[in-house]
Amino acid sequence: MKLLFNLMKLLFSIFLVFGFLATHAQKYKSEQATITFFSEAAIENIAATHSGASSLFNAETGEIAFLVQIDGFQFEKALMQQHFNEKYMESHKFPTATFKGKIIGFEKALSGKPEVKAVGLLTIHGQTKQIETEGSLTFVKGKIVMSSIFMIELADYKIKIPRLLWQNIAEKVEVKIVSTYVPI
Amino acid sequence: MNRVYLLALMCWVSFFAYAQDDLMAELQDAQPEKTEYAIQTFRGTRIINGHSVETKGKGELEFIFSHRFGPLNSGAYNFWGLDDAFVRLGIEYGITDWLGVGIGRSSTDKTFDGFVRYKVLRQSHGVTNIPFTLTAIGSGYIKTSPQAKFNPQVSIKDRMAYSLELLIGKKFSPNFSLQISPVLVHRITVNPMFENNDDVALGIGGKHNITRSLAVTGEYFYRVNPHTNSTRSDAIGLGLEIETGGHVFQLIFTNSLGLFTRSVVSETQGDFFDGDVHFGFNISRNFQLIHKK
Repeated sequence: MKLLFNLMKLLFSIFLVFGFLATHAQKYKSEQATITFFSEAAIENIAATHSGASSLFNAETGEIAFLVQIDGFQFEKALMQQHFNEKYMESHKFPTATFKGKIIGFEKALSGKPEVKAVGLLTIHGQTKQIETEGSLTFVKGKIVMSSIFMIELADYKIKIPRLLWQNIAEKVEVKIVSTYVPI
Repeated sequence: MNRVYLLALMCWVSFFAYAQDDLMAELQDAQPEKTEYAIQTFRGTRIINGHSVETKGKGELEFIFSHRFGPLNSGAYNFWGLDDAFVRLGIEYGITDWLGVGIGRSSTDKTFDGFVRYKVLRQSHGVTNIPFTLTAIGSGYIKTSPQAKFNPQVSIKDRMAYSLELLIGKKFSPNFSLQISPVLVHRITVNPMFENNDDVALGIGGKHNITRSLAVTGEYFYRVNPHTNSTRSDAIGLGLEIETGGHVFQLIFTNSLGLFTRSVVSETQGDFFDGDVHFGFNISRNFQLIHKK
């Protein structure tokens, strides 16, 4: 009986130690992910770049999280940037956009097949939507590089386009993400 | 002993749950603290008659067209003022996000004006906390009426004036902003019987958004040291502001025909409460001349 109890203790200790290790292993982070968006409109194209989005990727489970500060998007025109924050994204109310989900097929990427899928919840302007998008994942010298291009519809995120004169906003926006991960 | 193990197990479970749970929480915790600046305290560079704390962005050129009609109480014969027109055409350019220059020409006394606008402080919160935006504006004015060719007795000095404005603006909420602006106007030549060389005024102006693109505005310039025989009034204005892509339209009711600081502070004539109210508008259009990157 005593032996059995000791054995259990031993197993349990091993279990504990490995449990802690497992939660720490295989995590990657990206602190300067680049996000650009582009929308073609009749009068004026709208484009902006963010080069400081942050992301974490758990290579064990395939889980991934993105966080972007809205006011970090840089536009060519100062006024456009102001309107983007003030009128459309309301960045004082909704300062960040996030994505929380999973990369499907990342195990295969190890064996040289870079096509993966990301599935999860995209939150923009306080509105959350389930999305699924295709992308690529490659390993380069111990780093992971991921990229994806997808379309979002402004209406899905309750981003309103004013009906006043001279507004030149397209209803669909193309988003491009490139992130490079290093192990933590 | 068993209890210790039980405790360890619980710790482990909760830790595991936490680690599993949230990459997102971890990301959020790792976000560096930042400073958020108040953007668009006012939509335009003018509130009504006076300047606002706003500066143009770097490389941005604003064309601003200001117009005041005659007084509403001038009757049907004058079509309630719409027969008369007082106009200023102006441009302003942002050298940096903080420093801008502007010039304009007004029909009032055929005056040319030029100014330098400098944003000294930017309202922000976060790592840096500054409770308000402070902008300073120095302006010079020259009247070209009466025509120099036929009036050689009027020297260049007689035609000149300066003003200095300190604009203190605060965006209290996304919808509401207020500005207090002490102003000094110096006119080189005046009639000492009823005019001061130096006029000091305290301006107060505000904006409240009704929708994302529509706002109501108000502005008042209180003259601190009016001449005892002054025939002039304090400038009062109420307005409706519409902002679209690159335009700001301001529809205005004011007792002042002033389209630049000297004439607003020192030369406002109408009595607002006696119906000497002028309808008018400011229209501005922005052009981005130099693109970032």
